[in-house]
Amino acid sequence: MGRTLSEKVWDAHVVRHADGEPDLLYIDLHLVHEVTSPQAFDGLRLAGRPVRRPDLTIATEDHNVPTYDVDKPIADPVSRTQVDTLRKNAEEFGIRIHTLGDPDQGVVHVIGPQLGLTQPGMTVVCGDSHTSTHGAFGAIAFGIGTSEVEHVLATQTLMQARPKTMAVTVDGVLPDGVSAKDLVLALIAKVGTGGGQGYIVEYRGEAIRALSMEARMTICNMSIEWGAKAGMIAPDETTFAYLQDKPHAPQGVDWEAAVEYWKSLATDEDATFDREVVLRAEDIAPFVTWGTNPGQGIPLSENVPSPDDFDNENDKVAAERALEYMGLTAGTPMREIHVDTVFLGSCTNGRIEDLRAAAGVLAGRKVAEGTRMLVVPGSGRVRLQAEAEGLDRIFKDAGAEWRGAGCSMCLGMNPDQLAPGERSASTSNRNFEGRQGKGGRTHLVSPLVAAATAVTGTLAAPADLPPVDVAVPENV
Amino acid sequence: MEAFTQHIGTAAPLRRSNVDTDQIIPAVYLKRVTRTGFEDGLFAAWRNDPSFVLNQPEYDGVSVLVAGPDFGTGSSREHAVWALLDYGFRVVVSSRFGDIFRGNSGKAGLLAALVTQDVVEQLWTTIEADPGTKVTVDLENKTISAGDVSAPFEIDDYTRYRLLNGLDDVGITLSHADEIAAYEATRPSFKPATLPAKA
Repeated sequence: MGRTLSEKVWDAHVVRHADGEPDLLYIDLHLVHEVTSPQAFDGLRLAGRPVRRPDLTIATEDHNVPTYDVDKPIADPVSRTQVDTLRKNAEEFGIRIHTLGDPDQGVVHVIGPQLGLTQPGMTVVCGDSHTSTHGAFGAIAFGIGTSEVEHVLATQTLMQARPKTMAVTVDGVLPDGVSAKDLVLALIAKVGTGGGQGYIVEYRGEAIRALSMEARMTICNMSIEWGAKAGMIAPDETTFAYLQDKPHAPQGVDWEAAVEYWKSLATDEDATFDREVVLRAEDIAPFVTWGTNPGQGIPLSENVPSPDDFDNENDKVAAERALEYMGLTAGTPMREIHVDTVFLGSCTNGRIEDLRAAAGVLAGRKVAEGTRMLVVPGSGRVRLQAEAEGLDRIFKDAGAEWRGAGCSMCLGMNPDQLAPGERSASTSNRNFEGRQGKGGRTHLVSPLVAAATAVTGTLAAPADLPPVDVAVPENV
Repeated sequence: MEAFTQHIGTAAPLRRSNVDTDQIIPAVYLKRVTRTGFEDGLFAAWRNDPSFVLNQPEYDGVSVLVAGPDFGTGSSREHAVWALLDYGFRVVVSSRFGDIFRGNSGKAGLLAALVTQDVVEQLWTTIEADPGTKVTVDLENKTISAGDVSAPFEIDDYTRYRLLNGLDDVGITLSHADEIAAYEATRPSFKPATLPAKA
């Protein structure tokens, strides 16, 4: 019988299989950042163990770092210690690191792909749940805890039980103005935050094939938000074209051999999945969350739901609690919700295409009075690229703040935080209570919705805006 | 890691679903570079609320947490497990756990016991009727009991074996170093390396 994409990649990485035990899986790439690694390096030191493969490991600082005054020492002493600790550990264990100010510093899931280190058929791990992003290349990529970070550093392997397989097929063509973010938010609302648990998901179908690499990364990034072990998309010409000129892409005969291998990874015709979910792209509209988990979302055109709309008692209670936390009244049109802060960035939507999409909406327009907008590129290189294209000027002219690279307000570990009660429209991945700052209220949105919302000051899509007559730079 | 065979202690009912790891410990508490001291961040936002279950004197000294479905979803932060352990919890019971959280628990010595939602409800009722009820969690037999409630729980065999024996994963894996080296010898040359760096 044929095998699926994930089964082929999994099988190719099994170092050791024994009945009744998890497989020992080889890890091709280990991404390291400052928050989940210090205790792992301590563990190595205590046991006198080296890093087995520094040449398959790369570190950057992203979660804690400020997005302004990056040339000055980090003001928060605790954050500074954590960042300094990573730098010292990288030096001591011989690991490549990209520090503040370096073009390849940035959100760890943005730099792996931009360096061409993320490739099809690999296993990629990081002490960060959004490692699922790298699955867009047809890699098995997943987040791990600090004990597992230590395990990978010491052994370049992980013990993992083989997950089940699921296919999410998206047929048809996404309507204009509907992006990958809308698609994945609509999917999570349909299947629930636990719907993917125990599965590696393969996203497939016409609408997925039509997506750019960056849009595919947005989809795979959110796999963890519905509980999946990993999300993957089969590599194709789009993947190869993206990789071809990246610094660490294979060269010459290696490129030929690699492409031939990558092409062999697609799920076989006669392979079967343990579960299948089908969506029609035509049914998907701009989508936003109203609650405090990513499954609590609805089309932008609808009204805040009532707890009575839910049959399941747990969902009812969760909705009641979420509405209270979010300060929302059932029946309010989503479009009437005022937003204090718009955050454009994160490993979900902090890449160049996301910035282009938002800039295209903001060109010739202004951020509404009473609303602020933060634009945080995913990496130093994304920032440089945006500046080369003049996107920074569009953002600044509109009244948005143009920042340095990092995780920033996605999780508010640095000074970019919401104040209690403050409401955001955020292109990030989690609307959990307090995620963006204690008492902060988050609505997850696409970059297009974020930009339109910044203009109106209430949740909006670009189609809601009156037209403007401006010359928009190429690419936007 | 300390071996875990049986645990007896009092329990707290956490009547909430989708308790993600940002709720268990918010990101601002993750800046320590040490392995301990995370109890101050446990449920930090809710601990300010006098009505929160862990602020009730009758739940002082609990070591078992009985939570609603989808406990530990979200971020991979193992700090969530450390915060629960540092506070004094040894066992978390739920009808569904976030995958990474459950894996992290097994690595750090916190028992994540998977039961049906029906059992969770029975445990909640029992504990709330008498917060002094002793809960017995037996890993050898995979059972949990409290008052009149007695039920099996699920945990994967390998995690159970490791917890029962207090085994260190890295040590086990390094005993297979030959097999890792043999695998490495077969890796194709087109696989990327981070070193030397290319720009």
